[in-house]
Amino acid sequence: MSRSTLPDRCDVLVIGAGIVGNALVHHLALLGWHDIVQIDKGPLPNPGGSTGHASNFVFPVDHSREITDLTLDSVRQYREMGVFTESGGIEVARTQERMEELRRRMSSATAWGVESRLVTPEEIVEMVPFVDPDVVVGGFYTPSVGVVDSLRAGTIMRERAQESGALTTVPNVEVTGMTVTEGRVRAVQTDKGSIEAPVVVIACGVWSPRLARMAGAHIPLTPAVHQMISVGPCAPLAGTEGEISFPIIRDMDTFCYERQHGSDMEVGSYAHRPILHEPEEIPSIAQAKLSPTEMPFTEDDFDPQLEQALEIMPELLGDERAEIRYAINGLLSLTPDGAPVLGETPEVGGLWSCAAVWIKEGPGVGRAMAEWMTHGRSEIDLGASDIARFYPHQRTRAHIRARTSEGFNKTYGIVHPAEQWQSSRPLRLSPMHAAQRELGAVFHEAVGWERPQWYETNAGLLEEFGEAVMHRENEWDARWWSPIINAEHLAMRARGGIVDLTAFAIFDVVGPQALAAIQRIVVAQADVRVGRVIYTPVLDEAGGFRSDLTVMRLAHDHFRVVTGGAHGMVDKKWFADHLPDGARLVDLTSAISTVGLWGPRAGDVLGALTDDDISPESFAFATWRLIEVGELSVLASRISYVGEFGWELYVPMETGAALWDRLIEAGREHGVGPVGIGVYTATGRIEKGYRAYGAELDAERSLFETGMSRPRIKDADFIGRQAVLEQQGVAPRAVLCALTVDDHTCADGSRRYMLGGEPILTREGQLLTDGHGHHPYVTSAASAPSLGTHVLMAFLPPAQAVPGTELAVSYMEQLFPVTVARADATPLLDPDNLRVKGRYAELGPGTGGA
Amino acid sequence: MTDVLVCVKRVPDASGEVVLNEAGDAVDGRYAGYTMSEHEECAVAIAVEIAGESGGEVTVLSLGQEDCVEQLRAAVAVGAHAAVRIDAQADGFGPGDVAAAIASAVREKEAGGTSYDLVLLGNDAADTGDHQVGIRLAHLLARPVVAGAQTITVAEGRAEVRAGTATGTVVYELPLPAVATVLEGGVQPRYPAITGRMRARKTPIEVLAPGVEPRGNGRLGLRVLPPPESQVEVLGHGTGAAVRLAQVLRELGVVR
Repeated sequence: MSRSTLPDRCDVLVIGAGIVGNALVHHLALLGWHDIVQIDKGPLPNPGGSTGHASNFVFPVDHSREITDLTLDSVRQYREMGVFTESGGIEVARTQERMEELRRRMSSATAWGVESRLVTPEEIVEMVPFVDPDVVVGGFYTPSVGVVDSLRAGTIMRERAQESGALTTVPNVEVTGMTVTEGRVRAVQTDKGSIEAPVVVIACGVWSPRLARMAGAHIPLTPAVHQMISVGPCAPLAGTEGEISFPIIRDMDTFCYERQHGSDMEVGSYAHRPILHEPEEIPSIAQAKLSPTEMPFTEDDFDPQLEQALEIMPELLGDERAEIRYAINGLLSLTPDGAPVLGETPEVGGLWSCAAVWIKEGPGVGRAMAEWMTHGRSEIDLGASDIARFYPHQRTRAHIRARTSEGFNKTYGIVHPAEQWQSSRPLRLSPMHAAQRELGAVFHEAVGWERPQWYETNAGLLEEFGEAVMHRENEWDARWWSPIINAEHLAMRARGGIVDLTAFAIFDVVGPQALAAIQRIVVAQADVRVGRVIYTPVLDEAGGFRSDLTVMRLAHDHFRVVTGGAHGMVDKKWFADHLPDGARLVDLTSAISTVGLWGPRAGDVLGALTDDDISPESFAFATWRLIEVGELSVLASRISYVGEFGWELYVPMETGAALWDRLIEAGREHGVGPVGIGVYTATGRIEKGYRAYGAELDAERSLFETGMSRPRIKDADFIGRQAVLEQQGVAPRAVLCALTVDDHTCADGSRRYMLGGEPILTREGQLLTDGHGHHPYVTSAASAPSLGTHVLMAFLPPAQAVPGTELAVSYMEQLFPVTVARADATPLLDPDNLRVKGRYAELGPGTGGA
Repeated sequence: MTDVLVCVKRVPDASGEVVLNEAGDAVDGRYAGYTMSEHEECAVAIAVEIAGESGGEVTVLSLGQEDCVEQLRAAVAVGAHAAVRIDAQADGFGPGDVAAAIASAVREKEAGGTSYDLVLLGNDAADTGDHQVGIRLAHLLARPVVAGAQTITVAEGRAEVRAGTATGTVVYELPLPAVATVLEGGVQPRYPAITGRMRARKTPIEVLAPGVEPRGNGRLGLRVLPPPESQVEVLGHGTGAAVRLAQVLRELGVVR
């Protein structure tokens, strides 16, 4: 029910009655929450947030699988509520470069299972007669594009929850404060009194950061302007019935859209300068002319877009009788990386964020969030949207402003999958950063760290390895890439390489219950002797991947967890959330610098610097030891993500540079030099079939689908164990495979190299479908220079997951033949792992053997 | 051929709650934006109509800094042909100063060969409500003036001006050149077309010096009265409210 007084307490308080707040209360009620209170500072059904002025159209295809899945689920819900009108939509290209991007859109559409096709200017005009065909070179047409009534949808969802008796909604209530004790939210103060709630969700769109700050938490987003005008009445639209009868046009090269709304045409833009606001400076409902998020229109910013809109629809928009009847600077939420901000805040227990969600994802996000709050996981993996992903620097206003300013114009941009941010850099520097600059490092950024992707001073290796470096002739394929990466790879396999891994996230779990804690969180047996290193998946209750990482047992009551920087903060929260009393987590990320040393001569290099016995026989694989490297005390761990003999060497941050210098110096004599992260994360691992979290591994994948199950499941209980037992012996619905590209030649005779995300089809180009109903796509793609081939990883339907199966990959709308090389985790290179074991002498000639 | 000069003022949009600036001496438009008053929008519409029928031109003028170009362009977008900005700090100009500056501009333009048969202004400024500039301007130019004009037609060198009053419509006839201040309500101002915006963007803005030394506005400060208490009365819910609603409508005289 809707009422005017605020209850004293509830099980969950949802702040916000925009699209996502309404979707959330609906799904919470469906999942059995029965004492939900929802408040909003505005009136219903339009409290004045971004939902109220949204253009309300849905283009389902995004390059992100997560976002597309959330959108598809949202469309299903909108359709069920009867508020979805299918109109079709066309992303049009004015340039050949954009046309290539639309071919890439086709890849994503096919991979995510959304029917789409490329269309000619003539076909566009047939569908949308007022488009000037001379302005466009083609388009990407998706018939299932449509518009929704988001206010109506919100009302329906809210009322369903109210009718079930689970929800009380109180509009016109403004939050004034939050009570947090011992790290948990307890109550929320409002202008209508206080309400106790153990769980509070901030679903306040552009105001969310302000509410989070009341509790001492951060929701990293900024209100930003999206300009929109409505022009009408337009003569060609006068006779049409209903809200929309022509496909929506996205004029991609001008970052604008044209969307019919009755007899009016709405023109919206992402082309203007980034106009950011502060949540504290948004007007109140009384102060605002229209609504708080419909800010005064600034004509100057929009005028250039008008000219471009006139180009594409000259007669319709050029009609003197059609007036600009509505024009706003609409506020919407932008985040530093463009993804939503979902999940429990890492700072305050029980305080959840459900923000930076577009209309197209709203109901899907509402469902996924409700599942997460209820079951601890959601059917659709929300890894890229998890609020825990942010490092402290990423929560600062300066960073948010810098990245959203840079990102705004990429909304319709052509964004390369490896594209680098330019702002907020450099920030996090390895202790050896200066030395790396002298080595000509080309830095790529990862969660603020500047990591050498390759070293220009290694250009000399190109000559040494000749054609084996697999040059890429196409500019797109070679963007943010260098053949030096492949040369460094070959040098590492031939002699060795030194890799800066300081970006690792590292945290210790200590205390009398440390073993119990680790044992419960990880899949592998954690009750190992002190001195062992374990590599292990981390699963959720349903057996989906939360992470994969390594754990060192440092003492009986002391474990050290090492995980990738990109996902480190999420892992940290997962561990912290699952610690029993008697175990504590200590974050050492900023205290420890890590250097990887691997390759046939790694032992020679380290041996020259230490008197400790580091022979493979003495210093066993998957163990760690404290060794002395000159005057440095080094924790050496004999593991490898590149498939070579060697170590990860850990030192205090302040001696990282000293260690680096010694290794580089000692390496020179053996031809062992610096190797960039391009080898570590791509070429090195893909030759070994090592999986990567976020690419192959996510919460929707199991141990069995990824070929990472072990013959024995440990007896000790761990999160996901029950699910793993249930999955055991059941045929997987998809199988992770490694495929090799048989022929790279495209129609114009040049050679193309896939970058990831492309659909895998039959040789003839027919769609494949796995047991989940998903279509296979390339999860990782990389050169395998030691194998002389380009390797793709993909989950295939079991029938195709057979070595030797001939398939095709669709890249830029052309088919390239591929063959399944592995249908399990067996490495393509060195399947017996002789290299890792340091048994180079047993390798054949020309394979880097001594 | 009737050439018309329309004078517009950049003012905060008063559609929302009025917000004062930090000094408390001006209305702040940061939330609602800036606009020209509805009176002036009507003046532009009247001017465009008169000029259009006679083949004349409409020039729009504002006194202010660079930001008032937004209002000048808005007028061009709905049909004005030329734009003049008197470069001045508008806050430092009282109504008498503004009138003198406009008069100076009119004379300067006249000396350059451009004369205006009709000068239109808004009835009063939307932010300060002085009700003075039009009358003072007419006095300075020694022209006849009508205040509160709602419609204006021009024929054979004379203007017919209609002004609504509580008891009916007063019709004036003036010889040109003349001045009139326009009250909203007589004509329906239009929104710009996209082509109008395009024209506005390309129209050059002529900049004139104020030609007078301002004496200031004499204003000490502004005060915003607290908003009146809500007068909302809930009549009931659903069909149960029908009887009471009918009663209220009868009381209000909306239905009999």
